[in-house]
Amino acid sequence: MTKILIKGGRAVDPASPLDGKRDILIEEGEIRAIEEEIRCEEPEVRVIEAEGKIVTPGLIDIHTHLREPGREDEETIATGSAAAAKGGFTTILCMPNTEPPIDNHSLVKFIIDKSRTEAVGNVLPVGSISKGLEGESLSEIGQMVKGGAVAISDDGYPVINTELMRRALEYTRIFDIPVISHCEDTNLSKDGVMNEGYVSTILGMRGIPRAAEEVMVAREIILAELTGTKVHIAHVSTKGSLAMIKEAKRRGLKVTCEVTPHHLILTDEVVMGFDTNTRVNPPLRGREDVDALREGLAEGIIDAIATDHAPHALNEKELEYGLAPCGIVGLETALGLLLTEIVNKGVVSFFDLIAKLTIGPARILNLERGRLKVGSPADVIIIDPREEWVVDPSRFVSKSKNTPFNGWQLKGKTVVTIINGRIAVENGELV
Amino acid sequence: MVLKRRHLLGIQDLKVEEMELILYQAKAFKEITQRRIKKVPTLRGQTVVNLFYEPSTRTRTSFELAAKWLSADVVNISTSTSSVVKGESLRDMAKTIEAMQADTIILRHGQSGAPHLLSNLVSSSIVNAGDGSHEHPTQSLLDIFTLLEHRPTLNGLVVGIVGDILHSRVARSNIWGLTKMGAKVVVVGPPTLIPVEIERIPVEVAYDLDKTIERFDVLMILRIQLERQQSNFFPSINEYVKFYGLNNERLKRAKEDVLIMHPGPINRGIEIAPEVADGPHSVITDQVTNGIAVRMAVLYLLATGWGEG
Repeated sequence: MTKILIKGGRAVDPASPLDGKRDILIEEGEIRAIEEEIRCEEPEVRVIEAEGKIVTPGLIDIHTHLREPGREDEETIATGSAAAAKGGFTTILCMPNTEPPIDNHSLVKFIIDKSRTEAVGNVLPVGSISKGLEGESLSEIGQMVKGGAVAISDDGYPVINTELMRRALEYTRIFDIPVISHCEDTNLSKDGVMNEGYVSTILGMRGIPRAAEEVMVAREIILAELTGTKVHIAHVSTKGSLAMIKEAKRRGLKVTCEVTPHHLILTDEVVMGFDTNTRVNPPLRGREDVDALREGLAEGIIDAIATDHAPHALNEKELEYGLAPCGIVGLETALGLLLTEIVNKGVVSFFDLIAKLTIGPARILNLERGRLKVGSPADVIIIDPREEWVVDPSRFVSKSKNTPFNGWQLKGKTVVTIINGRIAVENGELV
Repeated sequence: MVLKRRHLLGIQDLKVEEMELILYQAKAFKEITQRRIKKVPTLRGQTVVNLFYEPSTRTRTSFELAAKWLSADVVNISTSTSSVVKGESLRDMAKTIEAMQADTIILRHGQSGAPHLLSNLVSSSIVNAGDGSHEHPTQSLLDIFTLLEHRPTLNGLVVGIVGDILHSRVARSNIWGLTKMGAKVVVVGPPTLIPVEIERIPVEVAYDLDKTIERFDVLMILRIQLERQQSNFFPSINEYVKFYGLNNERLKRAKEDVLIMHPGPINRGIEIAPEVADGPHSVITDQVTNGIAVRMAVLYLLATGWGEG
């Protein structure tokens, strides 16, 4: 493997913490040196000039859907991980709601083997909590963890049975992995297609009350206290959820949470045009919620930003709003959106944003990634904070194009992605 | 004057002048509907498709007569007879109809926003004949037309819309329409059937019909869907009738010249007692007659207006 020398960039690594001009030498898949100036005149060294750009650890997405096995027409491990790399994500977690679901060690092995040969970056499988995601009996969690699952979740199919959730939390204590909870009381959200509020009232669409999420967040916090186990709350969308998580953290419970770029940026007002690309679960909420999420991000209550990348075929989204499936693709737009709408508008600093995309998710998972450290795997990206671009779904590497951000003008883009010491993206395009 | 729009998707985005134009035109067409020979050649050579994804007798028939009296060729497609049961999407259905050179598609659909989707997919003119719980613009226009036959203006009128506001597209279109025309709207029903934050539109919310009935110049009684009981929106039809059913006893407290409206079809003896539906305050049959004239006006103005606008 060739040596890579990244020269002259501003290195930002929240884990260290580091924010300054550094040269970075990569060799044999590892970061070899991080110094103010590295001179290396060996001819086989590949030098990447990063003057005026920012070098950060590769981003980690704790929440994606890759649709393989089962819906390879929408996304595969290969295309999803390529989309990730293009967006600056070097490590992604894939949720188990595939067909069949990742609910046993042989499917975990399938994902890991397939990723080894076909994935562009690091793909880490999430195993299911319950067999078949049916919410009735525990999956063979131990064997999945042994096989490489890094967390468990019934994402998309909330565990309604509180006793089962309790046992899942207790049982996973042996493995020190987080249980990722999709908080939704499906009785309260039944038939709902969007946030319950003024907009749903005007549009005459069945609303999903904030309470559908919040009663389950409350339950998970209570169970976290009961079991002493790590609970990670996926895609927090309401002000009320965040207030409870803040309080739980204050009390020292092992509760962490993530928020998506779309919940940080869009309100339910965008549903007015009936664009089914705005249909997502949890639904886009009101201005108060968006403001609270931004405040929670600035305050540090939110541990990670995750895309909840959820690819859907065009023919499935080109339907009546209430009939279209939920989901937004996010891997290729997340960083640009966050830089444009969150950093450039002063919600949080660049440094703090990168923390939520690197060391934040790494800590939730106990991963030895997400940092610029000598001896660590060389997952490194270079961001051009000044590059202006327009979201054009037809240019997505992802097989699916379901984004509500079509045509948005963004500033800031990943130009180079290095994964395990290999250049995967250069000049903003896959190599 | 021409209507500078291609589609009629809802009342929310309609300007008052546009509503007035439609109402003015409807008055002219109403005169035609009173004639012995009710046909004018206005839309000869035009094709109008009634695309109904939900069962409907009065709205479909009303649109059909409106189009026929304007001499358009009318085709009716309803879910039971079409390829919808074979799983054809709205998109493909629309493309097929468009390829058959339909000038206007009148869509009734159970999903809010379906006409908006359709308007993005085809070049035909789209008329919303009711989408989910969202809008039913021609119903609101015909209701306003009917009121204006009995009152010189809607300015200052207090209109009570009673019943299942949550699931009612008629309520939503009328809230927009009546408010734009200067009336004040009060929605009355059990809290479970009043959608959240509706006060922001703005309308007033009341739960007790008996306490508010004396304020109303107009009572619009909505049809109560019997299946709502199963979803626990109220405990029983019997209890609903006790609190919200409009009967003569309750009507005694209302203004002497109160007008009673109902978009139909009526559940006699449930939301409205037979003696009220057929009584002197009721303008329910006027609504039906006026529906045709208003729909003629809409079809005519959409067909002739936007191209020249």
